Amino acid sequence: MIPACALEDLPPGESVRIQADVPIAVFNADGELYAIDDTCSHQDASLADGWLEGCFVECPLHAALFDLRTGMPSCLPAKKPVRTHTVLVYDDHIYVDTRARELVDAPAGGHDDAVPSESVA
Amino acid sequence: MRTVTVVGASLAGLQSVTQLRAQGYDGRIVVLGAEAHRPYDRPPLSKGFLEGSASTADLALSDPADEAGLDAQWLLGIQAARLDAATGTITLSDGTEIATDGVVIATGGSPRTLPGSEELDGVYTLRTIEDAVNLRAELTGGASSVVVVGAGWIGAEVASTCRSLGLRVTVVEAADAPLAGALGKEMAAVCTALHDDHGVTLRCGVGVERFSRRRHGDRDRVTGVVLADGTTLPADVVVVGVGMRPTTGWLAGSGIDVDDGVVCDSGCVTRVPSVVAVGDVARYRSAAGHLVRHEHWTNASEQPATAIRNLLAGSTIEDYRPSGYVWSEQYGVRLQFTGHTGHAEEVEVIDGSPDDRKFVAVYRRGGNPVGVLAMNNAKLFARTRRQLTSALVS
Repeated sequence: MIPACALEDLPPGESVRIQADVPIAVFNADGELYAIDDTCSHQDASLADGWLEGCFVECPLHAALFDLRTGMPSCLPAKKPVRTHTVLVYDDHIYVDTRARELVDAPAGGHDDAVPSESVA
Repeated sequence: MRTVTVVGASLAGLQSVTQLRAQGYDGRIVVLGAEAHRPYDRPPLSKGFLEGSASTADLALSDPADEAGLDAQWLLGIQAARLDAATGTITLSDGTEIATDGVVIATGGSPRTLPGSEELDGVYTLRTIEDAVNLRAELTGGASSVVVVGAGWIGAEVASTCRSLGLRVTVVEAADAPLAGALGKEMAAVCTALHDDHGVTLRCGVGVERFSRRRHGDRDRVTGVVLADGTTLPADVVVVGVGMRPTTGWLAGSGIDVDDGVVCDSGCVTRVPSVVAVGDVARYRSAAGHLVRHEHWTNASEQPATAIRNLLAGSTIEDYRPSGYVWSEQYGVRLQFTGHTGHAEEVEVIDGSPDDRKFVAVYRRGGNPVGVLAMNNAKLFARTRRQLTSALVS
C-alpha cells in the first residue's frame, strides 16, 4: 500500500504521479479515483500529464486514449493496456494497492485480461 | 461495393482498412504493400529504433488478432504498377490484375535524394525499417563523424540520435532558418538552438555542392560533403533528410489528377468518386481553398475516417479538417505543435521560458489563437490545445 496524497489535494479533473517500483498515476475523474501505470504503453510519456475526459485519459504525446477502469487503449498508436491498481481512501488520504498489479501479472495470459481497479470515492 | 483495394500498407493504409470495417463495409478488402512488412510505425526510425532502444517488434502497428479481425487480404512486397480508374483495374508489378470497385490511394512517398549519391556508399536517407537498420549498422560500426543534410524534423532527430550514440555531428541546411515554415522564425530559432546546446554544429544558408569520395574495392565511399562556399566537411556517414516525393508514378494514365500528390477535393475524393487518397500522398483542398498535403503521422492517422466515409457514400459528404498536430523528440526535449503558424502575426510565450527549454507559446492572428507550440510541457500543451481547438481555423 503506497500513500498518494491527501484526498483534498486531488480534486476532480486532477492527477498525481507517485513512485512505486514503477511510476503510477492516480486520477480523480469526476469524483471516482483510479490508478494506472503512469508510463504510456506506446512510448515514454507520463499519463498523469494526460487530458482527462470522463473515465478516459489521453496520452499527452500521441493522443491514445486509455480506459482508467481497465487500462485498455482505445486507439493507435497504443496497442497494449497499462496496468490498473486498486485505490483506497483511509482517513481522508489516498492509497494505492500495488498488489493488484501482481494479480494481473500472475496469469500466463499476460495483461489482456487486466482486472478493473476498484475505486473508492 | 464488393471489393475495395487499399494501395499502401503503412499507417494510412492500415487506418483505412480499420475505418472500412468500423464504418460497416463488409465486402472484400485487398491491401497492397510495396514493402514486405506488416504495417509499422515510422516515427521511431529516427529516434528509439535508430538509437537501439526500440526493436522491430516495438514498431508493429497491429498484431495478428487485430489483422484477423479486419479480414483483409494482404499482398505485401509487391507494387501497384498501374490503375485504370474507368474500369476499376489495378495492375501489379508482376502483371497480376485486380478488379476493384473502390480504391484507397495510400502510397506515401520516397525520400528526396541529392545528385551524386547514387552508387555511393555511406550516404543514407531514412524512410523504411531497412534504411534504419543499415544506417544504425554504420553508426555503431566504427563511424565517428556524421553530416546530416537538412535541419527539418527528421534531420534534427537523426542528429540528436547520432549525438547520443557518441558521434561528432554537423547539420547542413540550405535555408537561412530551418523549420521557419513550420514554426515561424522566432520559435524555429529556439528549436534549432537545441543543436548548439548539445554540441552539434549547424550550418545554415549554405547548400551542398557535391560529395567527396574514395574508391573502396569496386565501390565508391563517401568521405565528406563539399559545401557551396567551398568548405569540406569530413564525414564517415552522411544522412540526407531533405523531404519526400509522393509516390504517384503508377497513376500515369489512370484518369486521376496528379500534381505533387494525388489531387483531391475537400473530402479526399479524387475526380473519380470511387477513388480516394489518404496520408502523405493526398493533396486535398483545405478550408481556405488551397491544395495542401501533409507529411506527418497524425494526418495519416486521421484522414482515413473522412476519406472512407466519402468513399462508402459515393460522394463527398464530409470535409477533412486536420488537427495539425505534430510532435518531435530530440536531444531529450519534447516538442509538440498544433494548428497553423502561417501568417500568424504574433507569438506569445504564455508559460515558462524558451531559455529554459520549457515553455508553451500561442500563435495569434487578428488576435485569435491559431496555433500552440510546447517544449517539455505536455500537460499544459494538452490543456491549451483544448482551449484553442474551437478557435483554430484551417
